[in-house]
Amino acid sequence: MIPASPIELALGPVFFHWSADRLTNFYRRIADEAPIDRVYIGEVVCGKRMPFSDPVWPETIERLERGGKQVVFSTLATPSTARERKSVEELCADGRLVEINDLTALRFRSGQPFVAGPFLNIYNEATARFLVGSGAQTICPPVELSLAAIGTMARTCFSAEFEVFAFGRLPLALSGRCYHARLHGLHKDSCQFTCEQDADGLAVDTIDGQEFLAINGVQTLSHQVQTFCPQPSELVSNNIRRLRLSPQTVDMVAVARAYRRLLDGQEPPETVRFVLSSLGLPGMQIDGYLRGGPGCQAPSPI
Amino acid sequence: MELVCPAGTPAALRAAVSAGADAIYCGFRDETNARNFPGLNFSAAELAEGVRFAHAHGARVLVAINTFAQTGRVGQWRKAVDEAAGCGADAVIAADLAVLDHVAKNHTGLRLHLSVQAAAATPEAIGFYVETFGVRRVVLPRILSVQEIAALNRSIDVETEAFVFGGLCVMVEGRCHLSSYATGRSPNLSGVCSPPEMVSYDEDEEGTAARLAGFTIDRYAPGQPTGYPTLCKGRFTAGEKTSYLFEDPVSLNAGNLISSLKAAGVTALKIEGRQRGKRYVTEVVRAFRKAVDAVEAGSDAGEIDRILSGMSEGGRQTAGAYRKTWR
Repeated sequence: MIPASPIELALGPVFFHWSADRLTNFYRRIADEAPIDRVYIGEVVCGKRMPFSDPVWPETIERLERGGKQVVFSTLATPSTARERKSVEELCADGRLVEINDLTALRFRSGQPFVAGPFLNIYNEATARFLVGSGAQTICPPVELSLAAIGTMARTCFSAEFEVFAFGRLPLALSGRCYHARLHGLHKDSCQFTCEQDADGLAVDTIDGQEFLAINGVQTLSHQVQTFCPQPSELVSNNIRRLRLSPQTVDMVAVARAYRRLLDGQEPPETVRFVLSSLGLPGMQIDGYLRGGPGCQAPSPI
Repeated sequence: MELVCPAGTPAALRAAVSAGADAIYCGFRDETNARNFPGLNFSAAELAEGVRFAHAHGARVLVAINTFAQTGRVGQWRKAVDEAAGCGADAVIAADLAVLDHVAKNHTGLRLHLSVQAAAATPEAIGFYVETFGVRRVVLPRILSVQEIAALNRSIDVETEAFVFGGLCVMVEGRCHLSSYATGRSPNLSGVCSPPEMVSYDEDEEGTAARLAGFTIDRYAPGQPTGYPTLCKGRFTAGEKTSYLFEDPVSLNAGNLISSLKAAGVTALKIEGRQRGKRYVTEVVRAFRKAVDAVEAGSDAGEIDRILSGMSEGGRQTAGAYRKTWR
């Protein structure tokens, strides 16, 4: 029996274009009710959305920190315009921990502590050690890596904390092209923010009606929802420090509580998965990547 | 401008050199390169012979070791670099920080090119690679417009190489897991996208379904020619609309933008297609050789179009992001 689990919970950045009101209310509840240790905030997917969410952050940070959460600013995964690059530079000057999702940010943050986010290509222990040497304190590896591969990195790279993407639609690809705009016959520069209509992303089915992917502006995600529910001992043996829960519109406080019970050994994985399935997830449950298979594979029955 | 041409086999290398390539890029027959398909690529002995042939004809050989090393097996990627250097390669093309670091520390005389798989698209990211590893050339992501490339070249001090012909990734290179989501194998994990062993063509009363690991990527009416089910080039349904959501089944042809790319400060033009045979390579390289020479000689756009229209390569083509239509 494992004693009180040392494994923490993190809430990842919101990938979707949520309104300022929705973001404010969401983080108020997280601050007050969710058993989460670390909260990543900020816009990661599309720089054009930043003017809408920027005003939300000061109050949100204060509220989250008052609630005892560590706040980490997450930065754009594909900064390109001068304004976007400037915003990355400004966020990297923050005294708090910052999450880097493109090596553009390393230019501004090298030598100071940062989180290496899941959009960086960290596929082996040598690359992980290189980034630790530049200041990486936490590494959340790309979602397509298996737990075994992450464990190999984590066991040979002691000085970094490893974080695993455990819950939410998987971020699979980024493009220079906006698929919401393309679908609506618009150009990216005059997109009318149609992505705001799809708070969990817009479902993409095959022409034979199979559920497959979801689009969120320039981002493509899985249709299915990662619900990685390991035995806590599996995480300990792989030197995993934290699980990351990626926000969807389901009750994320309930999701966080279920994961906390899992990590504390109060509920077994199958019970936690059943709890999650009752919350109205936007797709079937999967955990294939972490088990070493195709990402779309459903968890095997225990 | 330098013309950089693909070689998936020793025969294709000789064909490309003979057709007028300034440089050839190729890879070893394993997961260290991003065209890890059965029947393709080079052994160390074949590479050494290819380098000898190329050098004898005044061409250079660039070796792509451009996948991300797997955990516990980084040594295999380092060994590939050592072998490329031993074979007399003129440069190594890499994306993984571990591989770049190995070249910079242990092969200081070897030219280092940053692979498109690193998707370095800002002056800051490129500056990081140049200052940290001494990268001499950056292969640009296929998501930039010509205007963006021109602006980028004004703010960096390193050679750039741009794709002008062949396959077109619509996703940011090195940031796409779509293939492994369906099949378990992807460019970053295994050097392949939409792997052939997961492809099936299933006949039913409506015609043929082209599938990847059971996911239908496209359908064809009876008698209609079928295409390869590359995941991002399929038809999908979103918001009650069925379309080529990510990209039409088109390939890149920026032949008529050669002079614009030159004006934008691009040093080298790259032709995609290490999976192609020597006849294709000969034809495409010969046409682009003529086109590049014509541009250098100051020919007008009509002359360039006439040269390139001689290519028999079928299928629909696009200038991709270069013309800024994605914006």
